[in-house]
Amino acid sequence: MAVAQPRDPGQPMQPGQPAQPGQSTPDLREPAGWRRAKDRIATTLMWISFVVVIIPLGFVLYTVIAKGASAIGWSFLTSNIPPNVVPLGAGGMGPAIAGTIEITALAALMAVPLGVLGAVYVNEYGGNTLLARIVRFMADVMTGVPSIVMGLFIFSLWVLHFGFSGLAGAFALGCLMLPVVIRSSEEMLKLVPNALREGSYAVGATKARVVMTVVLPAAIGGIVSGALLAIARAAGETAPLLFTVLTVSAVNWNVFSGANTALSAQIFVNASQPYVGAQGRAWGAALTLIAIAFILMIAARVVTARFTRYSR
Amino acid sequence: MEQSEQDTVTSYQVPHPETRPQDQSPSSRTPVFDVKNVSIYYGSFRAVTNVSLTIYENEITAFIGPSGCGKTTVLRTLNRMNDLVVGARVEGEVYYRGASLYHKDVSPTAVRRRIGMVFQKPNPFPKSIYDNVAYGPRINGIRNKARLNEIVERSLRQAALWDEVKNRLGTSGLSLSGGQAQRLCIARTLAVEPDVVLMDEPASALDPIATAAIEDLMKEIRSQYTIVIVTHNMQQATRVSDRTAFYSVLIDSENDTRTGTLVEYDQTASLFENPRDERTKAYVTGRMG
Repeated sequence: MAVAQPRDPGQPMQPGQPAQPGQSTPDLREPAGWRRAKDRIATTLMWISFVVVIIPLGFVLYTVIAKGASAIGWSFLTSNIPPNVVPLGAGGMGPAIAGTIEITALAALMAVPLGVLGAVYVNEYGGNTLLARIVRFMADVMTGVPSIVMGLFIFSLWVLHFGFSGLAGAFALGCLMLPVVIRSSEEMLKLVPNALREGSYAVGATKARVVMTVVLPAAIGGIVSGALLAIARAAGETAPLLFTVLTVSAVNWNVFSGANTALSAQIFVNASQPYVGAQGRAWGAALTLIAIAFILMIAARVVTARFTRYSR
Repeated sequence: MEQSEQDTVTSYQVPHPETRPQDQSPSSRTPVFDVKNVSIYYGSFRAVTNVSLTIYENEITAFIGPSGCGKTTVLRTLNRMNDLVVGARVEGEVYYRGASLYHKDVSPTAVRRRIGMVFQKPNPFPKSIYDNVAYGPRINGIRNKARLNEIVERSLRQAALWDEVKNRLGTSGLSLSGGQAQRLCIARTLAVEPDVVLMDEPASALDPIATAAIEDLMKEIRSQYTIVIVTHNMQQATRVSDRTAFYSVLIDSENDTRTGTLVEYDQTASLFENPRDERTKAYVTGRMG
């Protein structure tokens, strides 16, 4: 600890080095003691948590790439799914890729507009009214529903009457996405400063106009990335699809009727087979699914950057 | 969004400056607002009580007073901005050019198209400078490109911002400095050619140079608009305003409530030189009241 001593103001301060003989400069280092110890402990804990989190992520990525990369090729992405006994190299996951894209896109088409509109209602119109509170509460409850229950729900409500189809799978995935989209969009709308709304009202805008021309454009970046995250999550869901779309081995371009298939369902089915070829195809499908999610994340970043070019 | 703007095109007529009477002597000025015995409540809390005053055309009227005296609250009742606050309620009568502002058939939107507002903190939209200014005309149905260009240039010139931004109209309104952003907000307000401009401490976040620019601008546009300004700065009130209203706080120590009220309203020179009320005198001479 430095002892406070008069210092010549003309001299630069250099910790630990007396400016002139007989004078000491103030010691500006953090003094040793409980405060410094707390700082070090917190920093160490932070680093440990970081490493603990990053290890499984790195391990999963490494394993999937190591085991799946050899399976992937043009024919893997386009060919029909062969019988389980066929060794790796012949056939592929084409129908599953097509199915995942069809079903997820249809689910997004249903859930994203509905979710964003719901968030606009809850945040801009509902306020603290009973209906808005019910919507908010139900969205929270819906977020907690296990995905397999959502699959059973659609199974009993739709599949039992109209049969298996991509549409039924999209319903199930849409139900899973909806609350996530509502809550993430609502959070983004909350971030729009009230001053912007007032600025718009002050030139004579109606409420709908304020929402359309000021609030949504200001929040669109966050809304889009929230929606894309929800889509990426839904694309990986397996359980709800097992009850609603089944699995097939040829491409079904008609998402509205007939059994279909998806990457996640194929990973589940193929990985539980005793055949090496099927297991290899499951790894390839897993890598493909991760790649699709990755592409969606990049797209989210690009879209967000594009929409927010005026926000700074 | 581009298309949806068309379905709400209205028959709204912009009052043209040329048609407004100008340079009348103060005694024959036309009243724009007639506020009669107004009290304003937020829920059961009475924020302002017993305000009556008349605001005249082509004048700058200043509202001054200590914090919490209800200046801003009264200002926001003049274009029904308080409607946006849940639980806000106005008692008494506010007449705008003879029409009752709080009549049940009055649309707040129609009111705000004629009575614009500039806020304390500059609030440019996260859009380009051009789109910020063109925002009001666009939502009022003007789609013609040449017409919009003309309005944007005219408004930015009126707001004394044109020369600084004319070469970068496409950049974000958020890239401007505080003073520029506030002038952009003024341009945005003027672009719809309102009848009245309400200003809520428009210079409180600005440095003296930007403040002077905005004061000059107010004097410049006074011949075309009626301006009501809330200010904490008494020098500013004396510099720019024709009339001044002094508000103060009534403290009810029994219920621990504070209610704003209008104490004195007069021509600015008289109010500052010969205040009739003791509270006004104490405030304008620097002893708090």
